[in-house]
Amino acid sequence: MDGEGATAAARSDARWTIGSRALAWSAGLALALVGAILASATLGPVGIEYGVVARVILDAFPSLSFAVPETARTIVMDLRLPRITLAAIVGFALGASGTVMQGFFRNPMADPSIIGVSTGAATGAVAWIVLPIATPFALGLQGAAFAGALIAAFGVYLIATEGGRTPVATLLLAGVAVQTFLGAVISYLLINAGESLERVTYWLMGHLHNAGWDDVVTTLPVALVVFVVLVAYTRDLNVLLLGENEAHSLGIEVERSKRVLLALSSVLTAGAVAVSGVIGFVGLVVPHVMRLLVGPDHRILLPTSALAGSVFLVAADTLARSGPAELPVGIVTAAVGAPFFLYLLRRREVHAL
Amino acid sequence: MIDVEDLSIAFGDVQALSDVNLTVDRGELVGLVGPNGAGKSTLLGTINGLLEPTAGRVTVDGDDVADLSARALARQVATVPQETSLSFAFPVRDVVAMGRTPYRSRFERVSPTDREHAERAMERTDVARFADRSIDAVSGGERQRVVVARALCQDPDALLLDEPTASLDIDHQVRILSLAREFVAEGRAALCAIHDLSLAARFCDRLALVADGELLAAGRPESVLAEEHVEHAFGTEATVTSHPVTGTPDVTVTESQPDRDAHVHVLGGGHTASRAIATLATTGFSVSAGVLPEGDRALDTARAHDVTTVTAAPFAPVDRNIRREVSQSVQAADCTVLAGTDETNRALAEHARRLVVVREVANEVIDDEHTTDIETARVADIGEVVAGVEARLDGEPRRLETPADD
Repeated sequence: MDGEGATAAARSDARWTIGSRALAWSAGLALALVGAILASATLGPVGIEYGVVARVILDAFPSLSFAVPETARTIVMDLRLPRITLAAIVGFALGASGTVMQGFFRNPMADPSIIGVSTGAATGAVAWIVLPIATPFALGLQGAAFAGALIAAFGVYLIATEGGRTPVATLLLAGVAVQTFLGAVISYLLINAGESLERVTYWLMGHLHNAGWDDVVTTLPVALVVFVVLVAYTRDLNVLLLGENEAHSLGIEVERSKRVLLALSSVLTAGAVAVSGVIGFVGLVVPHVMRLLVGPDHRILLPTSALAGSVFLVAADTLARSGPAELPVGIVTAAVGAPFFLYLLRRREVHAL
Repeated sequence: MIDVEDLSIAFGDVQALSDVNLTVDRGELVGLVGPNGAGKSTLLGTINGLLEPTAGRVTVDGDDVADLSARALARQVATVPQETSLSFAFPVRDVVAMGRTPYRSRFERVSPTDREHAERAMERTDVARFADRSIDAVSGGERQRVVVARALCQDPDALLLDEPTASLDIDHQVRILSLAREFVAEGRAALCAIHDLSLAARFCDRLALVADGELLAAGRPESVLAEEHVEHAFGTEATVTSHPVTGTPDVTVTESQPDRDAHVHVLGGGHTASRAIATLATTGFSVSAGVLPEGDRALDTARAHDVTTVTAAPFAPVDRNIRREVSQSVQAADCTVLAGTDETNRALAEHARRLVVVREVANEVIDDEHTTDIETARVADIGEVVAGVEARLDGEPRRLETPADD
């Protein structure tokens, strides 16, 4: 970020402490998220009014009771809300881990899947669908994807680590190489996919259409816990932007912080990808846009990027399911996100972290 | 405060430091000098715990650096790197406040003490007036002061500076080093790698000269910057004089030149002669000079370059013996450079086998009655005196009548 944006962000810092700015922005985005969720719940093949949606939601609380039509209740509570909530959680996770990865790598190209998490998840999922073998521990499709994601990330980490040190550049290159290799594995599996090809393709494109409350129940706690720990590491992330040697001389245990950040961000991404497939661009674009708006300080950038990721994915998924034929949400995020990102790039708004 | 004991570091087969012993006491600013790649940064990196010694150890206030956590060490030692990579739009104030990192636990908020330290550090380094500007919108010199402010904000007992002045204008260099001096005046210690030897001599209490991973000399600047040390360390010719303003050692490193077999005598004193002597001597000519009165700046230059000189007492008339001595030197010289306008030197110039007259001198004496020989001499700008001498040496020498003693 440069010029006016930078000085504007700096100037407003003088009047507001970073804590109150983070709170104000987060509150605003949280409101926007609630609005997006409500709006999304009214839209669909059957239009349902805001009032009805609100009453259905309030009625779900044990102490409150409202008279609502049963069909509306079924559509909102069983079909739309689980999916919308899951979109919010996945967007939250991708926005947060994208921010962490860009800060960690000090590289504007970084996104949540940079160390092979998404490709690992895809390999796990595709293998589960295509191969006629029983997975150990009775893992479902999502379990296989989650396991694949973590195995890939941990593998990349091990490859890049020598003598207790993990140079960021090595990590990046190892990530690229492992992704390429796993890409070959996926392609090979696709050749042999046969009848399940359509299912595999759909999974790979990123989707939320089968979402149920059980998905929400498994992903929400993971996302929240990991996020809270990440917030505790935002100051480390800021200092790491100075470079690892300077961070060390400021008292950061650099290698330990890097391990923690890498692990947390991988778990967060893996959790999201396991339930939704590979949804691209959210984790890349959202942190860039938020950096333009709130500045590079992770204490404010991390929560706002997470919430903005939520809003963006809820909106994108609403778009994905309101066309004549339902689209995988990954297509929508890429189709909307990429041109917007290119626009920012041409305006020289985005040129670095 | 900082004790480096028998320190050796090897990277694979490359020995970066061997058996270095160095102490930096409280109240002391020690300059670390030596050529690039000598091991200065390696030494600083070991003191701030980035690198592990292969042998020996570093202690700070009695604690072995290797045993301290990054956090504990960062409370004792702060580092100012040569350049900081931070190019993000953080406000200067926030960058300085990052100096409090080793004092805050992960969930702690900014305390009034933290804020106080940051404010004071910004006042001292004079960055307070642009505290709200973005770090990527300040100049290189200002940015380096921000990094110093951050280091002061760390409230350390020892400050390490790794060539903090390398890319700065002279006024910024002086400012950074003055800040380091103020820091040690509070009873703390500072070790500063610095490539400008004269600047190091001017600001540091002691110097440590490192070359090829070894400590060549440590001590007072005058003793460390002895010509033989500097020449050994840098592998070039060096001239150490006393700085005319500060009185501290002033080092001029010159490219070593092959010896030339010609002998050049420089007549005259003052600035012009001084410059002629220095350039001719460093070019490799065998130079003699005189008559030079004690106290003349050309005499200092001549002595610094090991030039044979004929000297006289200041403000005294030049007596016959001295005159004869100079005359012999001029007659023996393959070429003589006239760099003085006074009567004595002009008369002596008539004995020269080949003569080069410095242009300023020529302009002044050209209409004089003594100019017969001078007019036939070669005139050269002082900046091109070497070329003038070389061109004149290509010509035949003048046939000399043995001059009678007058």
